Amino acid sequence: MIWTAVLAGCLGCYLLKLAGWSVPAHWLDRPTVQRAAVLLPVPLLAALVVVQAFAGDRALELDARAAGLAVGAVLVLLRAPFLLVVVAAAATAALLRALG
Amino acid sequence: MLSLLLFTGASQFALVGVLGAGGSAVAAVASALLLGTRNTLYAVRLSSLVPVRGPRRLGAAQLTIDESTGMATAAPTGLAGTAFWATGASVYVLWNLATLAGAVGAARLGDPGALGLDAAVPAAFLALLAPQLRSRGPRAAAVAGGLVAAAAIPFTPPGVPVLLAGLVVVPALVRR
Repeated sequence: MIWTAVLAGCLGCYLLKLAGWSVPAHWLDRPTVQRAAVLLPVPLLAALVVVQAFAGDRALELDARAAGLAVGAVLVLLRAPFLLVVVAAAATAALLRALG
Repeated sequence: MLSLLLFTGASQFALVGVLGAGGSAVAAVASALLLGTRNTLYAVRLSSLVPVRGPRRLGAAQLTIDESTGMATAAPTGLAGTAFWATGASVYVLWNLATLAGAVGAARLGDPGALGLDAAVPAAFLALLAPQLRSRGPRAAAVAGGLVAAAAIPFTPPGVPVLLAGLVVVPALVRR
């Protein structure tokens, strides 16, 4: 079941790319389509941040993940590289859990 | 393995994130696909910059990502093709080597929670999101998406809050 989902996701995302190379440019050249494709990932990514940081079992939770995210957010504001942001967030949560 | 086939970071993380949280396969695939739609537009822009014919298009499609599109559009006239292929191929190789190292390493790790790996995931999404928040429209969409997801978490199965958040772009599109 999991591997079916993984393969379906792979195939779908590849076909989305191939479609862009194959269809005549003017099909997707309408302003609404352009705006949708630029804007859509933004709320999805924001939602993924919230879900991954705060979702518990059908409830919102505030735990070490939130502290890790806060440290990551500060580093993002300081324009730290991707890897540093991710490692610092993980280290913060790990440290808090080790202490408490 | 996933990384070789599904070469687009945000979709990869979304698919695994939803499945890992116990979400349904349908919700996981839908999130990944919605995040992948922007690659279609990248490909449209690239096909006017980089002349690719026949079977090479199948390869070009797989290398269509944020980085290769960015380099190709920024490259001086005549060098767009070189910039696209070089960037796409090198990111592909490095990304997948790093994934392999991660997979080998993960097999030897103990409890992912003790290492804070669950906190690394939202931070990674945030780092992917941040560069897209330079103007007011996307910022409002991000705030709205985050609020919708938070509101939906207690009432819907895992994976669904993310899809609901995608709906916040609808009013912005209809208004024009």
